[in-house]
Amino acid sequence: MNAVRCVAVAVFRESVRDRVYYNLVLFAVLLVGASILIGQLTAGQDVKIIKDLGLSATSIFGLFIAIFLGINLVSKEVDRRSVYPLLAKPIRRSEFIVGKYAGLQLTLLANTVVMTIALYAVLFFLSRDVPERVQAAWDSPALDPALLKAIALIYLHLAVVTAVALFFSTYSSPLLSAIFTMGVYVVGQFNADLKAFDRIVESPVAVAVAKGCYYLLPDFSRFDIKLAVVHGLPVSPGYVAVTAGYAALYVAALLFGAVVIFSRRDFK
Amino acid sequence: MTTAAIRTRELSKDYHVGFWRPRPYRALDRLSIEVAPGDVFGFLGPNGAGKTTTLKLLMQLVFPTSGEAEILGRPAGDVGVRRRIGYLPENPYFYDHLTAEELLEYFGRLFGMSAADRRQRIPATLDRLGVGAERRMQLRKFSKGMLQRVGLAQAVLNDPDVLFLDEPMSGLDPLGRRDVRALILELRDQGRTIFFSSHILSDAEALCNQVAIVAKGRLATAGRLSDMKEFEVHGWELVMADVPPGALDAVRARARRVLTIAGDRYAIELPPDGRPEEVLRELTALGATLVSLHPLRETLEDVFVRRVAEMGEGARPSQNP
Repeated sequence: MNAVRCVAVAVFRESVRDRVYYNLVLFAVLLVGASILIGQLTAGQDVKIIKDLGLSATSIFGLFIAIFLGINLVSKEVDRRSVYPLLAKPIRRSEFIVGKYAGLQLTLLANTVVMTIALYAVLFFLSRDVPERVQAAWDSPALDPALLKAIALIYLHLAVVTAVALFFSTYSSPLLSAIFTMGVYVVGQFNADLKAFDRIVESPVAVAVAKGCYYLLPDFSRFDIKLAVVHGLPVSPGYVAVTAGYAALYVAALLFGAVVIFSRRDFK
Repeated sequence: MTTAAIRTRELSKDYHVGFWRPRPYRALDRLSIEVAPGDVFGFLGPNGAGKTTTLKLLMQLVFPTSGEAEILGRPAGDVGVRRRIGYLPENPYFYDHLTAEELLEYFGRLFGMSAADRRQRIPATLDRLGVGAERRMQLRKFSKGMLQRVGLAQAVLNDPDVLFLDEPMSGLDPLGRRDVRALILELRDQGRTIFFSSHILSDAEALCNQVAIVAKGRLATAGRLSDMKEFEVHGWELVMADVPPGALDAVRARARRVLTIAGDRYAIELPPDGRPEEVLRELTALGATLVSLHPLRETLEDVFVRRVAEMGEGARPSQNP
């Protein structure tokens, strides 16, 4: 456990040194700029747009970090041979992989927490001068706690994407890992459609392949409840819990695969 | 019976080369060596001989195709054993965003050292390796020689019982080499076992009590330098000055050859049973003075070149394709 913690803290520190958190400045500028620009709109619309923009930006910025740091997590260490002295220390290869993953998750968590605080701050300033009776007519309050459900699922989405990137990073180059991860990401966005493939295709083979892909590849659409939250539609805690369980299983399977591959790998 | 510090038995490693039709290439072929505790073991060979592959097998950075490797009586790769060893890879590379202190802090934590231990050991180790004020600079700004010193510092941080050094003198200037030699001798005097690969034979000759020479993935020769037949005395060279005319007449019959160095200064080469002390006594009685007397042996370099040549030319096929 000590080894996992050491590696995770090292990854977190490296991302801080690499100025990963500069993206937070861009996020703040985007939110503040957008709130000023759309301040002219009907009250209530601007809050909706800021919610939508804030959640989308949290997701996109997080995705950039998850993919571009994730694909380098292991391959950079192997390419630069910094893994040689490290693996000669009292650390198992499985601990190295789990530590790398935990470190990047810590980075993403800190990023997401700061973005959440910034989003709530902007929403507070936008709504503070709006009369209560006007606010009562909105789909959902400006400081809607349900936003936290959407943000939690965005974070879980990032956790799965990080695991996909790390998995590919254990045996391929950063470029190939990026291509594979992007591929899985894109397919994952439309994966839910594969489940209903039998409605548009008659071939049983094609339907079987589509169903197989559906169960094998992650279904990222499950994590996207932005629209529902922004429009004040209910999202049950049960849905969030099941999606969290799905993410946990998927991450566990990918980390297990990454550990198996990395534990057998020769560093020539 | 004492447990060997390092032991390999029939250790082999094949790599697969080629993309479309990969073929096995034997990087190491049935290597069996044993290093006793407290030995300074020189693992010598030309480039591509299998030295780094052997070290990677011992560190379990690569896995053997066949055979076994043990360190301190435990299988190579045992996490417990890694607490008791140090390793310097060839041309080491470390996280360039860290400073030397931070790198050692990271590795110290991996070794499970307490904060007090780290506070004491890290500066002491960096001082010992001559890493001064630059210890607070990011490693990306370090020269190759300074990186090598940091590499050695991380290898000895945990006060290891067995130290593995892959080309430790590589990239070092004469002062750095002197420091590394001093460090190895200091560790030897503390009873540590040191296994180092090198193609710099003078270092091996100065430091090692045991060597192995590998070429083309195979062991060419191994043993204690003092036991190796090649290093037995095969003659004596006596250099004398102020030799009076005619004094050498009686000696010439017993000498292999007598060379005039300059004026009345001569080098007299005697066979192994040439009793140099008698010749010295006779010549000094006639007024000559001693300049030097030393045994003639093959140098490690002579043995190395001959053994490598004996291994023959050509690519090595895999033994078990």
